[in-house]
Amino acid sequence: MNNLNTFWQANKAIACFTIMGLILLFVGLNQSWALVLGIINLSLISAIMALGVNIQWGYAGLFNVGIMGFAALGGVSVVLIAQQPVTEAIDAGGMKMLFALILGAATIAAGVLLNRRGVNKWLVSAIVVIGYLFTRYYFSEAADLIEKVDPAITGYLGGFGLPIAFSWVVGGIAAAGAAWWIGKITLGLRTDYLAIATLGISEIILYVIKNEDWFVRGLKNVYGLPRPVPYEVDMQKSEWLQNIVAWIHRSDLELLSQSEQVTQLSELMRSASVVFVKLSYSGLILLILVAFILLSNLALNSPWGRKVRAIRDNEVAASAMGKNIKRQHLQIFVLGSAIVGVAGALLVTYDGIFIPTAYQPLRFTFLIWVMVILGGSGNNLGSVLGAFIIWFIWIQSGPMGLWVVEMLGNYIQEGNTSLEFIEDRVHYLRLVFMGTILLLIMRFSPGGILPEKNKEL
Amino acid sequence: MTSESIDIINAFALLTNFVILPALSYGSQLALGALAVTLVYSILRFSNFAQGDSMAFGTMLVILISSYMISRGWTITGVPTALLAIPMALIGMSIYLLTMDRLVYRHYRRIKAKSIVGISASIGVMFVTGGIVRFILGASAQRFGDGERFIFSVREFKAYTGLEQGIALKTSQFLTVTIALLLVSFLFYFLQKTKTGKAMRAYSDNKELALLSGIDPDKVVQITWLLVALFTTIAGTLYGLDKGFAPQQYHLLLLPIFASVIVGGIGSPIGAIAGAFLVAFSEIFLTYAYKKFLIYLLPLSMHPTSLVQLIGTEYKYAISFVILVIVLLIKPTGLFKGKVIVDE
Repeated sequence: MNNLNTFWQANKAIACFTIMGLILLFVGLNQSWALVLGIINLSLISAIMALGVNIQWGYAGLFNVGIMGFAALGGVSVVLIAQQPVTEAIDAGGMKMLFALILGAATIAAGVLLNRRGVNKWLVSAIVVIGYLFTRYYFSEAADLIEKVDPAITGYLGGFGLPIAFSWVVGGIAAAGAAWWIGKITLGLRTDYLAIATLGISEIILYVIKNEDWFVRGLKNVYGLPRPVPYEVDMQKSEWLQNIVAWIHRSDLELLSQSEQVTQLSELMRSASVVFVKLSYSGLILLILVAFILLSNLALNSPWGRKVRAIRDNEVAASAMGKNIKRQHLQIFVLGSAIVGVAGALLVTYDGIFIPTAYQPLRFTFLIWVMVILGGSGNNLGSVLGAFIIWFIWIQSGPMGLWVVEMLGNYIQEGNTSLEFIEDRVHYLRLVFMGTILLLIMRFSPGGILPEKNKEL
Repeated sequence: MTSESIDIINAFALLTNFVILPALSYGSQLALGALAVTLVYSILRFSNFAQGDSMAFGTMLVILISSYMISRGWTITGVPTALLAIPMALIGMSIYLLTMDRLVYRHYRRIKAKSIVGISASIGVMFVTGGIVRFILGASAQRFGDGERFIFSVREFKAYTGLEQGIALKTSQFLTVTIALLLVSFLFYFLQKTKTGKAMRAYSDNKELALLSGIDPDKVVQITWLLVALFTTIAGTLYGLDKGFAPQQYHLLLLPIFASVIVGGIGSPIGAIAGAFLVAFSEIFLTYAYKKFLIYLLPLSMHPTSLVQLIGTEYKYAISFVILVIVLLIKPTGLFKGKVIVDE
């Protein structure tokens, strides 16, 4: 018994991942491979996000409640980098918008500089207010001009038309920039301030995205983003995939006549192309995830990582040793947010569309949190495991809830309105469910499934 | 009176109707919410992220009870039934908060967890509470006010004064300000004069010393949650009577409420109230379109053609955030010096 226990402790990570793999295999055999690959891909993207949050929370105790906002910044950068520029819109209001933005930036810079020089506060405020009014005037004029250009299809400036892979880097940089700004203001003050400020900034980022149509089309969404992988239609025509599919199903195909073989094969090709595209995404995302894990593990085992853990475990002692805590926290916060930004960009790349209303605090901020805490805060592999488990539960709990309601329906007479009522609202119970999971883990197993190994130095 | 001076009166009537009265009532609602956050912070020592959703929960109870009362005909003409439902809702809310304390927060208090753990726990509670509210009432917006909508309407005011612009006093605005005044005076009386209130302040100032002098910590915590239930339910109901009930709206109230608390100085009740009014007035002053107001005041040649709105209404939550950032940059302790700046 004791032996079994030590064996379990030693191989917990492998065992957990194996069980998760078997569950996914089971779903694949019973439902469909495309579905499973969809779950895996989104789990992998969530795992990258969870990794970023884990670096902040697990390794520095920084509480980020604005994951949604950083992910959205990543999504925006996909649109801005990969979409083709809308030349008519740029001709119509591009220069004016540029002017307005420069004016705005100049106003802020002037305000900050004059304030530092110790110029009279009223004078500085007056300059900032006047600058703001002018900026707003030109800005709204430019926005109007841009949004008038074919609003049903474009009505925005478009992007730079660069390869989409650039947007992942840019997404990381954008999120890092926002994190740097927030961190600069709030780190070094009470820990709650960072939480509140991140909550605020993420809501504001979303408000800007939803309301500024000239920027990324607002609520009109951006469709048809370019892809880093081939399209299904092209794959159906590819010969080598056809050969592979024919080889896999050779025993079934041999039994059919010539014409039946052709129709059967094209049927198979259709699903195979979907699976192939999803698999290419899986490979791509997995590559990025593994790179991040390797890098962060390397970093955390370096002198830098020891310093980070020393600060987390005893701030006062580390500070007495001459470590600059605020700077260290800022570094980690920026790094973690950058990873969240990259994941956000990957998510939009994978979806192929940018939908601002899809950014819900529950789906992003909260779910990622539960992943980190469940998996084991401070343990990178734990975050990945947490991402798989929670995403799987999240995806399956929707149909499961409806199934429970239907089962209930068998016992309740026809036309009962309360049943329809429940069917309508059952998905809100997911909030309750996830919240309860978080509270239970925090209460009974604060270390998570795979607790951090080198918790104590 | 000359036409110019009438114009000036008209302009200010306009401002009173669309800016000052709404800001006063919004500020009072925020102040009640901010006081609840302050109470939790001072006694339980964490920032309660569940405040917005708790307000939604309290309002939900009020809506359910008042609709039952209306269906039974237990109403008084002219008075919103929601008000009559508050006492019953308070009982439910107290039970809910005390249960949450027993199930969630008490453990972390016992093991003396860091305040950040309290925050994460309150975020868990936030989602559970929000989920329950959305499950029971749905996520869409609804109105639940009945009875007289106005103490006096724009038409009555115009007929009485003969002005071109009228001022309306909504029942909800009147109720908000009156009830908020009563509640705040009650809170200050309670904290300053009663034995329990003094015990609470002692506990908040120095926990160890308070325990040594025989103050029962469990009782202090219970009383705190009861007070939080009172403020939360009433703040939520008044906000809902004024602007309608929508779970997402309540959830987002967290931002202006936290901004109020931090602007005033975390842990200071007076600061929370001052901060709430500062946030409410800035929000409404900055998002109001001044076109009509300026038309009254300026000569014809200078009449504005645009709306003259400083910030679009859609960015009203950004205002609380900017206020928050400015305070953190300039005076992180807040206007009325809050208790702690750096975590212990």
